[in-house]
Amino acid sequence: MFDLSGKTALVTGASGGIGGAIARALHGQGAVVTLSGTRREALDALAAELKERVHVVTADLGDAASTEALAKDAEAAMGRLDILVNNAGLTRDNIAMRMKDEEWQKVIDVNLTAGFRLARAAMRGMMKRRFGRIIGITSVVGVTGNPGQANYAAAKAGMIGMTKALAQELASRSITVNCVAPGFIATAMTDALNEEQQNQLLPRIPMGRMGTAGEIAAAVAYLASDEAAYMTGQTLHVNGGMAMI
Amino acid sequence: MSDVAERVKKIVIEHLGVEEAKVTEGANFIDDLGADSLDTVELVMAFEEEFGCEIPDDAAEKILTVKDAIDYIKSKSA
Repeated sequence: MFDLSGKTALVTGASGGIGGAIARALHGQGAVVTLSGTRREALDALAAELKERVHVVTADLGDAASTEALAKDAEAAMGRLDILVNNAGLTRDNIAMRMKDEEWQKVIDVNLTAGFRLARAAMRGMMKRRFGRIIGITSVVGVTGNPGQANYAAAKAGMIGMTKALAQELASRSITVNCVAPGFIATAMTDALNEEQQNQLLPRIPMGRMGTAGEIAAAVAYLASDEAAYMTGQTLHVNGGMAMI
Repeated sequence: MSDVAERVKKIVIEHLGVEEAKVTEGANFIDDLGADSLDTVELVMAFEEEFGCEIPDDAAEKILTVKDAIDYIKSKSA
């Protein structure tokens, strides 16, 4: 099940905890992977760990030209692009009254617009080959909201809406478009929370613990697989029961 | 009948799976040949491949009929 041998994948934000786990999972299922991110050292270290069937491309997803170039570079490196994982994201948290336009725009640009640009670039080849998987890593807060994250919640909700539209446009070409929505996952981002914040958080999670990056990656591996061919326009919530939607 | 016209019509027939007789020069891809908007994008991609040219989006949007495609490709290869 979920064999990805012979498939090629681009994972953005692969220098992060969840992105790295996704790249490992897809690679583990047999895919050729291109790792993209901003931290070259982390990408190179992951590439060294994966050894073969791996490429590294850096890009600035806040920049249109750099984002378009990323899609082209990944296709050039791997020959084609079967699986696009829009995982890259950043936060600029602030209560709305204090949120600067730049904080809003940066989060929308990187978390939402870059994903659209990459999807648009990738779907051309996918249409020709009558196969494609576009997978967005959204967030539980894109559905539930979260104080201090108006920008992030908007971008993540936007990704879910975009996914549904693309899924309808591309279904007739056997291209599926889905999202995975993580809840609270143990990564560098959540390690930054202090003990008090963590103590407030955990009682809201029926499972009583944070999720692991690997548990997100497993959902992505499923959506990328041939077995998930009939699933499109959906969001898989992987959140320990924190929100049941 | 020029070579370009023949090749364009062949692509249209193959891609849209329509009868040859329907693919007249005046035929509109969507109205007459049953193409959807995604088909028209794919047709343009197929023309680009066949003729080794790049058809920018603003030009592609104006290619609505078989004749539009033939004229555009001729103008680029002239």
